[in-house]
Amino acid sequence: MNELTTLRPYFEDKPAVLEEILGRYPEEGKRSAVMPLLWEVQRAERYISEARVAEIADILGLHATEVKGVMSFYSTYHGEPVGKHHVQVCSTLSCKLAGSDELCDHLVERLGVVPGETRADGQVSLQKVECLGSCTTAPVVQINDTYYERVGRARADQLVDAIEQDNLPAPWRERYGDNAGLGSAQDGAPGQDEANGQEEASAQDATAASHAEAAASAESAVAAAGDDAANGEDAAKGNDASEGGPA
Amino acid sequence: MSEAVANAPQTITSRQDPRFEVTLYKHVGVENAHTLDYYLQHGGYENAKKALSMQPTEVVDLVKASGLRGRGGAGFPTGLKWSFMPPNDGRQRYVVCNADESEPGSCKDRYLMEDDPHQLIEGMMIAGHAIEATKGVLYIRGEYHHAYERLNQAIEDARARGILGDNALGTGVAFDLILHRGAGAYICGEETALMNSFEGLRANPRLKPPFPAQAGVYGKPTTINNVTSLASVVHIIGKGPEWFASMGTEDSKGIHHLQISGGVNKPGVFEVPMGITYREAIYDLAGGPSTPAKAFIPGGTSCPLFPFDDEHLDLPMEYASVAKAGSMLGTGGLIVIPEDQCIVDAMYNLTRFYAHESCGKCTPCREGISTWLPMMFRKLLEGHGTPEDVTLMEDMVKNSRGTAFCPLADACAWPVQTSIERFRDEYEHLAHHGTPKHAPKSRWSA
Ligand SMILES: Cc1cc2nc3c(=O)[nH]c(=O)nc-3n(C[C@H](O)[C@H](O)[C@H](O)COP(=O)(O)O)c2cc1C
Ligand code: SF4
Ligand code: FES
Repeated sequence: MNELTTLRPYFEDKPAVLEEILGRYPEEGKRSAVMPLLWEVQRAERYISEARVAEIADILGLHATEVKGVMSFYSTYHGEPVGKHHVQVCSTLSCKLAGSDELCDHLVERLGVVPGETRADGQVSLQKVECLGSCTTAPVVQINDTYYERVGRARADQLVDAIEQDNLPAPWRERYGDNAGLGSAQDGAPGQDEANGQEEASAQDATAASHAEAAASAESAVAAAGDDAANGEDAAKGNDASEGGPA
Repeated sequence: MSEAVANAPQTITSRQDPRFEVTLYKHVGVENAHTLDYYLQHGGYENAKKALSMQPTEVVDLVKASGLRGRGGAGFPTGLKWSFMPPNDGRQRYVVCNADESEPGSCKDRYLMEDDPHQLIEGMMIAGHAIEATKGVLYIRGEYHHAYERLNQAIEDARARGILGDNALGTGVAFDLILHRGAGAYICGEETALMNSFEGLRANPRLKPPFPAQAGVYGKPTTINNVTSLASVVHIIGKGPEWFASMGTEDSKGIHHLQISGGVNKPGVFEVPMGITYREAIYDLAGGPSTPAKAFIPGGTSCPLFPFDDEHLDLPMEYASVAKAGSMLGTGGLIVIPEDQCIVDAMYNLTRFYAHESCGKCTPCREGISTWLPMMFRKLLEGHGTPEDVTLMEDMVKNSRGTAFCPLADACAWPVQTSIERFRDEYEHLAHHGTPKHAPKSRWSA
C-alpha cells in the first residue's frame, strides 16, 4: 500500500463495490451499511484509519464520531495497522483446557511478539481472542480469515514456519462425531492430511488418532467400538456406567 | 422424570444407532454438500415448496405441534413465538436468523452453515412464510468467514435459480435475504443487541417491551430464531411434526445437538434425540473423560455447572429436568472440567470472557461483573485473597443476578456462583495458602 492510495478516498475508484454494499439494505436502513463498509476497508488495508472513518461517515450521512462509535464497539475492527499475518489465539475455556495458554506462550517465544502487538517488521500481529466457535477442535488459532484447528505442539511449529515463509497452509479443519461426514473419509480427513503432512504419526495424540480412525472408516460404528477397546480402562468405565444408568 | 427416561433410547450412539437417523447433520462433513446442485439432488427446497403453498397459519400450527423449542439457548417454543406476530397490516416484516454463535462451548451452527447453507436458507424461507415476512436477515458472527462465504454463494445461487426472489420457487410468494456480518461481540447474540448491530448502531441491548414482534428490525414486526431452530423447521415440514415429536420426552421433543469439549477423549458435535442422559453423551459419544473429571457445564458457559457425579450424569437432557437440577440445557455446549483443573482459574477465564464482552450499558454488569469480579479473581489467584473475599465474591454474583439490564451479567454470575457453592474448598485453599489446590498443569498435546 503506498502513500498515494492511502490518501485517495477508498471507494473513489470502486463505485461498483460501494453500490453493491449500499444496495444490500432497504431504503429505511441505509445506516446498516456501516459494518460492511468498515469490513471492506479493513480487509483491504488491514485497519481503518481516521480518514476512512470520515469517508464512511460521509457516504452514509453520519458524523465521524457515530461511525467511530460503532467501530470501537467491536473487537475485530482495528484502528491501527495489524501485521500481514494476524494470529488470533482463542483463549476461552475449552481452548484453555486444551492448552491454549501454553500455545500462546509458545507463539510469543517463537514469533517474537507479545499479545496485542505487531512485530516491527509488520509481518505478524498476535492477539488473544475469545471463543471462536470451534471448541470441539480446541485449541484453535485463526490467522486472518482462516481457522487452524487442534493446534498441538507440532502444528504450532508448522504454523510458525509457514508464517515466517509467508506461505500459509489451507485451513486445518478437524471433525469428529456427526460433523465428520457419513462415516467416510470426507471433509475432515483431507484437512487433516494437509495439516499434518509427514508429522502425522508423531504429532497425533490419542484424541486425534481416534478421530482419524473414525473419519476414515466406512463404518463409524466399527471404528467407535475399536476405539473403545483401545481405550481400555475408560471404555470399561463407560460401558459399566451406561449399563448402570437408569435408562 | 421417570417417564422421560423411559422414553429415551436405551443407549444411543448417535449416527451409529440404526434407531436414530441423523437429519440436520446428515450432509455435514460431506464433500460438496454445500452446493445448490447437491442440495437439489437430495430433495432440497421441496419442503419450502410445500410450506409456501400452505397458509401461513398452517405452517405455524405444524411447528407448534412438533414441540420444537428454540435452540439458541432459552428454549422458547418456536411455533408459539411465531404466533406472537401481529396481524399483517402491510408493513414490512422481518425474519431474523441469529447466527452469532458466540457462547463458549458452542459450535453446532457453524458446521450447519459451512456444509449445508441451503438447509438454513430453506428454513428461513419457511419461517418467513409462516410469519408473512418477505425479508430475512441472516446475522452471522464476523469470525465465521468460511460460513459467510458459503452462505453468500448459496444465496446468490438460490437467487439465480429463482429460489429466492419475488416469486420464490415459483410459488408466487416473495422472499429474499440480507446476509450481514458481525465483528466480534458476544452481546450481538442477544436478540435486541443483534438488531441494533444490524441497524448500524452500537450493539447495546434494547429495553423490552416492545418485543421484536411489535418493533424489531427498523421498528418493524420481527421474529428472531437460532440457526438450528430454523434448520429443524425444514424437516418438521418434510417429515411431519409427529416425526419430530416422536423423539425426546414430553417436555423436550425432537433432536438436540451436543457439542462436547474439554476433558474428554473424543470431543465432537453429536446429533441426538432429546432425553438421553449426560452419561450416555459423555461416555458413549465422547469416549469418556480423558482424565478424571470433577464438573461439567451442560449447555454453554452461561449455565450453572454440575458436579461430575452419578446424580447429574444420569439426568436426561430435557429442559425441565435440567432446570430442576439447577442448570440449563442451553445451547448444548457441554464442557467437561478435569479434576486437576483449578476451578478458580477456570472461572476467572470465564469471568474475563464476560468482562470483555460486557457492553457497558448498565452498572451491575459494567462495574460488578466486568470490573470488580475479575479484580477479585486476580487478587485470589495472585495469592493476596482472604476468606472474606470469597464470601464477598459470592455475595456479589448473587446480587448481580436479576439486577442487570440483560441476561449477560447473569450468564457470568451463574457459573461463578455455582463454582463457589460446589468447590468452595478450592477458593478457600487459595485464600488461606495463596496457592491453588490444583497447580497449573500442562494440557497441551503433541
Ligand atoms: C448474551 C446473550 C447472547 C446470546 N447469544 C446467542 C447466540 O449467539 N445465538 C443464538 O441463537 N441465540 C443467542 N442468544 C439468545 C437470543 O437472544 C434469542 O433468544 C435466540 O436467538 C432466539 O432464537 P431461538 O428461539 O430459536 O432459540 C443470546 C442471548 C443472550 C442474552
Ligand atoms: S448486563 Fe452487561 S451486556 Fe447486558 S446491557 Fe448490562 S452492561 Fe450490557
Ligand atoms: S473456547 Fe476456543 S473455540 Fe470455543
